[in-house]
Amino acid sequence: MSLLIYGLIQSVTLALYAVGFSLVYGVSGIANFSHGAIYILSGYLIWAGLNLFNLPYALSFVIAIFLTSLLGFSLYWLLLYRVRGIPLAELVVTFASGVAILELMTWAGFSGIRYSLPPVVFGSLEFLGISLDYQRLMVLGTGIFLVVGLYLFVHHTKIGLAFRAMAQSERTALSIGIESDWVGSLSMALGSAVSAVSAVAILPLGIMEPTIGYEVLIYALAVAIVGGLESTPGMVAGGFVTGYGQLVTAKLFGPKWMIIVPLLIIILVLAIRPSGIFGKMKELEERV
Amino acid sequence: MEAKVRKKRLDRGIKARTDTIFLVASWRDMLYVLLPRALPVMILFLMPFFLGHYGKKVLFHACVYGLLGLSFDFLANCGLFSLGQSLFFGIGCYFVGLSDKVIHLPIYLSIPFSALSTGIVCAGLLSPVVRLRGVYFAMITLILPMLLMKLVEATGIMGGSHGMPGIKGFPHEEVGLYLGIFTFLFLVFFLRRLMGSDYGLVLKAIKEDDRSVMSSAINIYWYKSQAIFVAASIGGFAGAITTHHFQFLGMSSFALDYSILPLAATALGGQGTFAGAALGSMILVPLSELLRELGGLRMALYCGILVMCILLLPEGLFHFLSRRYHQFQVEARVE
Repeated sequence: MSLLIYGLIQSVTLALYAVGFSLVYGVSGIANFSHGAIYILSGYLIWAGLNLFNLPYALSFVIAIFLTSLLGFSLYWLLLYRVRGIPLAELVVTFASGVAILELMTWAGFSGIRYSLPPVVFGSLEFLGISLDYQRLMVLGTGIFLVVGLYLFVHHTKIGLAFRAMAQSERTALSIGIESDWVGSLSMALGSAVSAVSAVAILPLGIMEPTIGYEVLIYALAVAIVGGLESTPGMVAGGFVTGYGQLVTAKLFGPKWMIIVPLLIIILVLAIRPSGIFGKMKELEERV
Repeated sequence: MEAKVRKKRLDRGIKARTDTIFLVASWRDMLYVLLPRALPVMILFLMPFFLGHYGKKVLFHACVYGLLGLSFDFLANCGLFSLGQSLFFGIGCYFVGLSDKVIHLPIYLSIPFSALSTGIVCAGLLSPVVRLRGVYFAMITLILPMLLMKLVEATGIMGGSHGMPGIKGFPHEEVGLYLGIFTFLFLVFFLRRLMGSDYGLVLKAIKEDDRSVMSSAINIYWYKSQAIFVAASIGGFAGAITTHHFQFLGMSSFALDYSILPLAATALGGQGTFAGAALGSMILVPLSELLRELGGLRMALYCGILVMCILLLPEGLFHFLSRRYHQFQVEARVE
């Protein structure tokens, strides 16, 4: 039973890693490899707000979200705008800027027990004989909130409609007056903001280290690839496959094998069924 | 009456019809054609005589990264964009560990053994994914070295995360250095020739338009596997000589450095010419040695250089220099 509950939380955590990545990829086709760096950077921004400027939690959280979305926005206009339409150049530029951010943080010595966020909510509850702290429940809540919120946003607002138009066909969207660069940069900003929101739910559970950025990128890739890189239900399913796969592996072989699961999943899915579980055949042609 | 002077292009009389067919009439003309090819060769071969112990180490590193850059450029030339040169490098290192510690091969057999086995293993390992294009192939090659690193850490094979000292070294330090320099230069010229041949034409065509190559009844997956074999053998060779040279084998051979630096070198030097990758690594590696005090910041610096090159210098340094050389003008008297 505890396996089920903790597997659920692990799965939602993984899905949260992937939300921002898959949103950006789905809308603008940019494989944002700086996703992990932006995620962990937002954690440090919250930490700085709390400890250096002595702001309340909520305020530093809002500031961190604002700054990370600004970062995503400016990444688009400063770097991606110039190489738009060359997928490999986009990938190298985002990956290199992500590695640059992470290595700068490592160089500045942002690691150790000092850099940890306090839990947003304290306390725990007993559920079927398992004690669960509220922070883990908050991960669950944030996951549901983000998935539902994004669904509503994409389906019921004007910008969301523009996002969907871009995702379906960039040229047609251009012809009806949707500026693709504007929508692309907005999607980068929103994706970064979403990763900041998931950072505030997940990061208080452990200590912060710049190397987490690489792990988050791997997990996000694994989950998004299993789910087919752009579909939201696919992403949730990918989170569950990876999360439970990891827990079962940890139970059977020991915790040090856990990181191998997402890597193996990425390779197997891309080799056997490149369009993912929920991907469409249209993508298959682009990939193979 | 004073003598009038006009500008004269040097290459006008030499290039008979095209950029590649030369008409050499004198020693001066020969020099014009040969100098850009012979000068780097001579400099590289003579350099070890003027360098101290530390300088030789830097030169060796430059050659190793140059080999990895060549391997990257070769794959990129046939449409396979690899973000994981460290995969080839690391597998090459671990094959040396196998041949040296388990099979006890002598060093002159262990290097070719490791290089060829790396080629075979990597071509086999990547054969299910040669179907993938662009970003997806890049993802796989980025993830595989990380996976292997974690596997080494988890299984503790070949010393696990502590590494394994005491690999047999070269009989003399210079032997390893000259082996690196010679292979590096040989491969620059060989790969340039190869891409000009019919075989290279097929590889280039796969990059440009793989569907049309398929419709010419050419099995592109077989060709891509061959290309991976060649590139992986080059990378494995680089790993093998590095392991023998430093007599140490460790998990760090799968590190991101070995993927990012060749990429940055190729982006700086210019893609598609091999000479560009060579030039880039000869500039970047000594530069990064100069900046050794910066420590972890170096990686961030490479990434900065990489981004700047892609954004501001998309054609690369080599294309720029070669164009300048061909447009070189001298002053000639008007009679």
